[in-house]
Amino acid sequence: MQFLAIMITAAFSGNFVFSQTYGICPFLGVSKQTKSAVGMGAAVTVVMVIATMITYPIYILLRMADVAFLEILVFIFVIAALVQMLEKFIKKFSPPLYNAMGIYLPLITTNCAVLAVCEITSNALATGVWEMAVIGGVSLNFGWSVLYALFGGLGFLMAMVVMSGMREKINHLSLPKAIQGFPITMVTAAFIAMAFYVFTFISFGG
Amino acid sequence: MAEKNKYGKIFADGIIFNNPTFMLVLGTCPTLAMTSSAISAFGMGVSVLVILTLSNIVISALRKVIPNAVRIPAYIVVIATLVTVLKLFLDKVIPPLYDMMGTFLPLIVVNCLILGRAEAFASKHGVFESALDGIANGAGFTVALVIMGIIREFLGAGSFFGIEILGGFKIPFFSTPMGAFIVYGLCIAAFVAIIETAQRHSRIKKTRMLDGVTLGDRAETDKEAA
Repeated sequence: MQFLAIMITAAFSGNFVFSQTYGICPFLGVSKQTKSAVGMGAAVTVVMVIATMITYPIYILLRMADVAFLEILVFIFVIAALVQMLEKFIKKFSPPLYNAMGIYLPLITTNCAVLAVCEITSNALATGVWEMAVIGGVSLNFGWSVLYALFGGLGFLMAMVVMSGMREKINHLSLPKAIQGFPITMVTAAFIAMAFYVFTFISFGG
Repeated sequence: MAEKNKYGKIFADGIIFNNPTFMLVLGTCPTLAMTSSAISAFGMGVSVLVILTLSNIVISALRKVIPNAVRIPAYIVVIATLVTVLKLFLDKVIPPLYDMMGTFLPLIVVNCLILGRAEAFASKHGVFESALDGIANGAGFTVALVIMGIIREFLGAGSFFGIEILGGFKIPFFSTPMGAFIVYGLCIAAFVAIIETAQRHSRIKKTRMLDGVTLGDRAETDKEAA
């Protein structure tokens, strides 16, 4: 049940794009074609999961050393280093995968969604009390945090794919000049967000 | 005169013609998340203005020292340090704003607007111009956020900067992210349309003036001929 709660909250009712508005830049910039949307979404998911795995223990160490205010610097540094390493690693061991999602990796360093998931999963620890962040009625420990990151990333991937499909259709419409491009994309995103809003009515009995 | 024109151009570009929010569509995450009320929008805008100006100053001062190959990590470290300072400052001095901004305060680090100005302007220009560019772009960002904040707060909460004016009437839809998407999209459309119309008008006026001059000349030559 807790598994389901985290899954639905991360991917649907608390979707990173439509409900929390994280990661809008890549969502608007790379969603012109379904192929590139899938590549970017997959790359973001991978980086989000690994970044959460690394930053969660690091944050506990920072708290122990009483330098928790350094979190932003440390997190962004970890993410940048991670993205660089991942790029080298994929290039070396799997050239086809590198061709599919390698070009999106450098963009991820400045993706809000990745830093946001690190901040969310370690945020409640920052209040000074050793209590866990609660998402979907579940107190996050390390395992749940990683799961949250995984499904948050998959929700992002889904948002990108849905949006790219819509945009490929929109391109064939004849629209007034003023609302071509970003405005119509934003309004479309609003309607998809309304569809996602329905998931907030799901309750997990606690 | 030329100097003055250059600085005027930096400001006009930052606030109107290259407005980071409406024309370039940069830094969208805080724009969508923080504009549910005009006050939080203003707080976010001013925070970004301060960070952008300081980071532009620091980066343009260091632009000859930073090796080209590691410039992006160096910029990110500068920005992250400034954001950490701002975070500690707000936590101590303006706690309500700190609580209002939540996770979006640390996320200023990954705001594309700040890194974009560092890469596009501060790494190529002097300290003074970079500072002006930071102020201009930050002001453009703040103005855009406050416009959206006023619209969304008026529709979504029936109030203006926290003062209730519609007597309890409100459409809470506009306080949610869905309303944010719609208001943002329509604001971009309106802003672009207004700027283009204004430019077309000024162009028509200019051609008319030119026509007027030539007509006048012709009249004079006609007179002389007569």
